[in-house]
Amino acid sequence: MKVLLGIGGSDDSIRALEAVVARAAAVGDDLTVAIVENPRSPRSREEIAERAQEELDAAGIDAPIRQVEGNPGSELVDIADREAFDEIALGGGQTSPMGKINVGSIAEFVLLNARTTVRLIR
Amino acid sequence: MTGPKRFPEVAAGEFPSPPRTVEDADGREIHLRASDGSDADREALRAMYEAFDPADRAQGIPPSRPSKLADWLDRILTADCCNVFAWDGDEVVGHATLVPENGPESPYELAIFVLQSHQGAGIGTALMESILGHGTDVGISEVWLTVERWNRSAVGLYEKIGFETTDAESFELEMAIRLDDDQTERTG
Repeated sequence: MKVLLGIGGSDDSIRALEAVVARAAAVGDDLTVAIVENPRSPRSREEIAERAQEELDAAGIDAPIRQVEGNPGSELVDIADREAFDEIALGGGQTSPMGKINVGSIAEFVLLNARTTVRLIR
Repeated sequence: MTGPKRFPEVAAGEFPSPPRTVEDADGREIHLRASDGSDADREALRAMYEAFDPADRAQGIPPSRPSKLADWLDRILTADCCNVFAWDGDEVVGHATLVPENGPESPYELAIFVLQSHQGAGIGTALMESILGHGTDVGISEVWLTVERWNRSAVGLYEKIGFETTDAESFELEMAIRLDDDQTERTG
């Protein structure tokens, strides 16, 4: 399966990275990692790219890592359409101090606009 | 995740401090008081959440699995959090909590739950006033919450109390309120 993983650097996107790479290694998904803009991210784009490369190397798989500029939700949906991805994978929400799950605006846009399957990783 | 980037500049009005007793719209006498941190309080709260209708959960809270519920109660009943219970006789029928992001100087996240059997009778409003009154008493000034956009009755309650929307970009509305610091100074 051709999978587009969108990560912006929040903690839930890092969890998504780990889960998606592990699954890609297990079942042979054709994975592309897209690093998108997230103003609330505690990590820089370079740090996220390094983290993603480490994860791919550790799992022994080869996948392109792309820096995606512009509106993250619409860019992910466009790339998935243009390049015939089967699925967009994203972090499934941040946890608040008291444990409430909050789904971010990127995930909401992708869920409402994507023509592909969307996987939220929790 | 953390709370709002900005809070309202102007403080909301004063809120009544617990303990207090109100009569709800169904004529029940409801006693509101801050939790004393005792095991008995914790058990009474656990009993309320065990009776809680899963359909009224919000964003995964309260957790439905007993072990997860116990973990969550451990988290919110620590000494750095504020909790106000609404009692109908010896039963807890409503609960409001304030949980700090990181330490007592940081903003506090608020949540409120009312048992299904006691909804629609004004207990939510009384609980909101009481937890904010209690929060003011202990020196809390910035309070925020998230609420699912479709939950009109909850959003209406928060607006009536004085919360302002600080982020409407996601599934959940983020709302915030500033409490009156001066009142803290007056009461010591």
